[in-house]
Amino acid sequence: MHPLLSAKEGERRLLLGNEAIVRGALEAGVRVGAAYPGTPSSEIGNHLFTLSRELPGLYFEFSINEKVAMEVAAAAAAAGLRSLTCMKHVGLNVAADPFLTLAYVGVKAGMVVVTADDPSCHSSQNEQDNRYYARLSGVPMLEPATPEEARAMTLYAFELSERLELPVLLRTTTRVSHARSVVTCGKLADYFRSEKGRFEKDPGRWIPVPAVARKRHRVLLERMREAEELANRSPWNRMEKRGPVGIAASGVSVNYVLDAVRELGLSDRVSLLLLGFTHPFPRRLAAEFLSGVERCLVVEELEPYLEEALKVVAAEEGLSTRILGKAEGYLPRYHEFHPGLVKEALARAAEIEYSPPETPDTSWIPELPPRPPTLCPGCPHRETYRVVKEVLRELGEEENTVYPTDIGCYTLGLLPPLKMADYLLCMGSSAGSACGFSVATDQRIVAFIGDSTFFHAGIPPLINALYQGHRFTLVVLDNDTTAMTGHQPVPSQELRPEPLKEKPVISIAKFCEGLGIPTVEINPYKKKEAAEAIRPLLSSGKLGVIVSKAPCVLYRAKFKG
Amino acid sequence: MAQGFRVLAVGVGGQGILLFSRVIGEAALLEGLPVAMSEVHGMAQRGGVVETSIVLGEVKSPYISPGEADVLVALEPVEALRALSRCRREATAILSIDPVVPQVVKDGLATYPELPPLLEKLRTVLPRVYLLSGEDLARKAGSAKALNVVLLGALAGSGTLPLAKEAFLEALRRVVKPAYLDLNLRAFDLGYQAVLSAQ
Repeated sequence: MHPLLSAKEGERRLLLGNEAIVRGALEAGVRVGAAYPGTPSSEIGNHLFTLSRELPGLYFEFSINEKVAMEVAAAAAAAGLRSLTCMKHVGLNVAADPFLTLAYVGVKAGMVVVTADDPSCHSSQNEQDNRYYARLSGVPMLEPATPEEARAMTLYAFELSERLELPVLLRTTTRVSHARSVVTCGKLADYFRSEKGRFEKDPGRWIPVPAVARKRHRVLLERMREAEELANRSPWNRMEKRGPVGIAASGVSVNYVLDAVRELGLSDRVSLLLLGFTHPFPRRLAAEFLSGVERCLVVEELEPYLEEALKVVAAEEGLSTRILGKAEGYLPRYHEFHPGLVKEALARAAEIEYSPPETPDTSWIPELPPRPPTLCPGCPHRETYRVVKEVLRELGEEENTVYPTDIGCYTLGLLPPLKMADYLLCMGSSAGSACGFSVATDQRIVAFIGDSTFFHAGIPPLINALYQGHRFTLVVLDNDTTAMTGHQPVPSQELRPEPLKEKPVISIAKFCEGLGIPTVEINPYKKKEAAEAIRPLLSSGKLGVIVSKAPCVLYRAKFKG
Repeated sequence: MAQGFRVLAVGVGGQGILLFSRVIGEAALLEGLPVAMSEVHGMAQRGGVVETSIVLGEVKSPYISPGEADVLVALEPVEALRALSRCRREATAILSIDPVVPQVVKDGLATYPELPPLLEKLRTVLPRVYLLSGEDLARKAGSAKALNVVLLGALAGSGTLPLAKEAFLEALRRVVKPAYLDLNLRAFDLGYQAVLSAQ
C-alpha cells in the first residue's frame, strides 16, 4: 500500500511538504488531479500518479502542459468533482490564461491550484513571486509555513473553494515543498469506488462572452469581499500582541521569525501577525494589529506583497505605524531568506544589540573546485551534442552557429567543453527564439529541445517556423522520459511501465514528417551513421528536425531495476 | 544547545544524503523530539553539491545559517570544507575522507586540493573532528554505497545528538528496504565503532 494511504487518522508521519499536500487532498476527497511536473512541485504529481493506479476513485494524469492540466482540473470541478492541479511557479505563467478567466466562471466542487515558488532559483530560470497571481486573478490564497500546515491547509482549501465557488491558490516555496517534518494525519476519504460528476449546462455562467464576463466579474468581486471577511477571522491568521514592535510574516518566514524572536530573547516584547490566508488581504485584522504597534517589521521572501498591503491599510486607517521591510532596506527583495538574516533584521527593528554568530576560521581553505551539475555518465544528450558539434565543425559552422536551448537536463549543454546553449527563456523557447534569430541574423541556427518540452510548448513555434518560412534545425533530444523532474511519462515514450502500455505512442518524427518538415531520426550512440544522417539537414540550414532517440540512462536503469 | 540542535549534512548528488537525513528524522519522531529538515531536489542532484539541514528540538527554521550548525556531517571531504562557515566554532565534524572528484577536475578545468594538510588543519579549527575511511568501512560492510549509513553510525557513536542508538537502528529498519537491511546494519555498526575507538 502507498505510504500516504497506510497512515491512519491521528498517526504522526515524517512527511515532505509536497507529500503532506497529497495527504491533505486525499483527506479532502480529491477525485481528479492533473499536472505537468516541475521542481519544486514534482512529488505532488508523482504521488498522485502512483496513487491513482491503486485507487479506483482517483483519476490523475500528467497533462501535456500546465495550461491543459488547469483546464482538466477546472472542468472536473465544474462537473462537481473535487480537483487539484499543481505546478512550479513558472508553470502558472503557462496556465495563467485559463486561470484568470476561471476566477470569473468559478467552480462547483472544490478546486485547488498549487503553485510551488522557488526563491533563490534552486532549479528555475527566475524567482517570480506568484502571490501576485492571487491579486491579479482575485482568487483566495493560502500560504503554509510547514508540512503540517500544508496538509491542513489543503484540506481547508477544498472547503473554502466550494464555499466561494472559486479555485483556491495554495502557494508554497522550496523550503516548504521540500521541508520534511512531522505531520498528524487526518481521516482519508473513501476511494474504493469511482464517482462520476455531472455537468449542468448554464451558458450564463460557463461561457464568458462579454455580457456574461461583465456579470461574472462583479460576482468575483462580491466573493472577494466574502473571502476577505473569512481571512479576517481565519485561524490561519494569528495575532499575538505583546509589545510596541510588531512583526508580520507569512509562509516559511514564519519559522525564521519564531526562531529569531526566541533566540533574541524578545518573546515578551514583540507582537506577531502570522498570516497563512493572505489573499484577499485581511485588512481589518491588519488594521487592528498595526494600531497596537509603533513599527512593524515585515518578513516575507521576494516581493513586498504583505509590506505594501500593510502600507495601504496604514494609509486607509490614518495610522502612523512605520512599516519596515524591503523599501527601507531591512530585508532583500531577492533570494530566499535564512534564519540569521531575519535575526539581524529583527534586532535592527527592535533596536537591540546583535552580532551574528562567530564562524570557524576558514582563511586557510584554498579555492575549492566547483561542482556544477553535469550530464550523467553515459547520458545520450552528450552524445547528441558531440555528433552535432562534429558535423558543424566539418562544415566550418561550429562558431558561427547560434544554439537556442530549452528547459531540461540538456540545458547543461551550456557547460564546457560542449558550450552548445546560447539562449533560453522558458519551456519551448528554443523553437520560438530560433524563429526570431532566423529573421534577425544570418547566423546558422541549431536549436535543442527535449521530448517532453517539445510536446509541452515546442509544437506551436515549429508550426510557426514552417508557415513563416524560418530556417533552423531543431534537435529533439528524445530520451523516453521527462528526466530532470524524476522520470514522468511522455507521449513518445517507448520504454514504459505496464499500466501505460495501452496508451498510444506518439512519434515525434512521424509528427514532424506529417507536417512536411524534413526529419531524420538518429541513434546518438551510433556516431558515424548519425553524422551521415544529419549532415544534409545541417548543411542546408533550412527548417529541419533531428530526433535523437535513446533512453535516459537513469530511467533505463530504474525501469529495469 | 539545550534549546535545539542543528545538523548540517553535505555531500554529492547520488551519495544517499536524503536517506541519511530521513533516518535521523524518523529516529527523532520515534523519540518524540520535534524535527524539521529541508532537502535539495531537482537539478542539483545531477552530480552537484547536495545538503540537508536537520533541526531538532525547539528550532523551527528548516535551514541553517552561517555559524549555526552544531554538527557537520560530510560524505565528501571537500564538501566539509565548503560548508565549514555554516558551523559554530564549537561544532563537531564527522567526515568521510574519500574524495569524489568533480567532473570539472577530471576535465582539467579546476584542481582538487591536497587533502592531508587540510584535514590536519581542520582538526585544530574545530574541537571535535572525526575522520573516517568511509569507503573502506562501507565496502567492509558489503557495498561502497553504504557510505551514508557508515556516517550515520558515526554520528550516533559521537553522541552529539539526544537520540538513542536504538532509535537510529529502529529508524533504519523502517526506512531501508528489507533486502538491504543487514548490509546497512553492518555499515551503521562499523561507523559507530570507528568513532568510539577514535574517542
